Amino acid sequence: MSLIDTIVQGVLLGGLYALFAAGLSLVFGIMRLVNLAHGDLIVLAAFLLLVLVSTLGLNPFLAALLVAPVMFALGYALQEVLFNRTLGKDVLPPLLVTFGLSIVIQNGLLEGFSADSRRISTGALETASMAAGPVTIGLMPLLALLSAVAVIVGLNLLIYRTALGRAFRATSDDAVTAGLMGIHPRKIFAMATGLAMVVVTIAALYLGTRANFDPTAGPARLIYAFEAVIIGGLGSLWGTLAGGIILGVAQTLGAAINPEWQILSGHLAFLAVLLVKPRGLFPRAVD
Amino acid sequence: MTALLETRGLTAFYGDFQALFGVDIRVEASETIAIIGANGAGKTTLMRAISGVLKSAADTITCRGEAIGALTAPDILSRGVAMVPEGRRLFPSLTVEENLLVGAYGKRRGVWTLDSVYTLFPILKERRNNPATALSGGQQQMVAIGRALMANPDVLLCDEISLGLAPVVVRDIYAAFPRIRASGASIVIVEQDIGQALKVASRVYCMMEGRITLSGRPDELSRENIHTAYFGAVRHEPH
Repeated sequence: MSLIDTIVQGVLLGGLYALFAAGLSLVFGIMRLVNLAHGDLIVLAAFLLLVLVSTLGLNPFLAALLVAPVMFALGYALQEVLFNRTLGKDVLPPLLVTFGLSIVIQNGLLEGFSADSRRISTGALETASMAAGPVTIGLMPLLALLSAVAVIVGLNLLIYRTALGRAFRATSDDAVTAGLMGIHPRKIFAMATGLAMVVVTIAALYLGTRANFDPTAGPARLIYAFEAVIIGGLGSLWGTLAGGIILGVAQTLGAAINPEWQILSGHLAFLAVLLVKPRGLFPRAVD
Repeated sequence: MTALLETRGLTAFYGDFQALFGVDIRVEASETIAIIGANGAGKTTLMRAISGVLKSAADTITCRGEAIGALTAPDILSRGVAMVPEGRRLFPSLTVEENLLVGAYGKRRGVWTLDSVYTLFPILKERRNNPATALSGGQQQMVAIGRALMANPDVLLCDEISLGLAPVVVRDIYAAFPRIRASGASIVIVEQDIGQALKVASRVYCMMEGRITLSGRPDELSRENIHTAYFGAVRHEPH
């Protein structure tokens, strides 16, 4: 195994981590809500995809198109009935409520799907790959990275070029004054969480088709997502992509040295970045 | 005749502290009124109550006869009541133009657009792509006024717009008021600076300790009356 191949595989893995992180970053950026159930929501979406693929025989990409609006509605409703009530000066209530939600989702999935690990089959795509010089690139990991780039381009366009995006940023700056401009902050928050759940569905598609998952897989995805966001710097979606890639490369390099070191080396890279740049690599200039 | 905007027996509390004790004001269509009073008189609280930042009892505030006291700020804006908040409160991560566009989020139609706001305050057009908070205090106040106008309000509430600005800058900003009034909007000016307020207002309310202590047309009110209402005691002018 060459070094170049290891790094390329790490970059591709980083695309998946960036997908885990983009939704988390969006929600945190707009309402300073840390959603500890984010990883479990990814796993929940993966199980929804699995149900559609295994019972209806749908193509996983088509299934994702169907699951995305369902997850949007779930995110919108969660924010309206649950998370909005926890927002305020105190940072503890959202943490406690989302931590509780994480446990509820994990146990609900255990009840419904048992503890078996599952995988979403993509048929021939699963093993499809292309040779690029000395490196072989799997089609699904490549699609994951391209999707991450597309998601970040799309979110940036939305945030910086549309009226909804202006409302997101205005509400993030000052929710009371945004209210005076005719913006309902709670509806803006609900839209943001709904959008985050669409990104979660895309993340779930690549999580579920890449490797096995089970109802307790969420918390580890949450940690990777957090690490990607913090390495990249809060508030910058491109930073989040860079953070995901650094994490992915660190993991594959660690695994190349010794397979037991994969996870550990990712965490070490995270700690190293925190030591050198506590605000992340690309922190937003404002705030 | 129902007023465009009216408060009747309006009260407001911050926890146990009562800030307003039954305030009655009336704003008719296309008029400019001034609310003057010392620091802590309750002027800003009154603005926050009318604009929906503070919730009130439903029927203590009415707009064209409709009880709006219990509505949220965005719902009150949609009735045509917009506010320039104290301290400007621009959105720091947005440019000048984006701040103005956020003001139009409620999609009320009328004469105020980016173009007409830039005609009113030409300097803003030059600085449209700057971060709003990179502007001088006076220019920021123009952004705040323009942002509220973008909602095409029937009533424009202006809370302490001259606070912290040099007199010459304040004069420039007040120079825009005749054109704002010409658009048909009523204007409510809250000021500590009595002189400026009396010049533009057709009626004045004076507040002290959460109550209206005096009201009337500027030419009906003597200096002595105003000082009594403002400070609670007659101040003897030195000769």
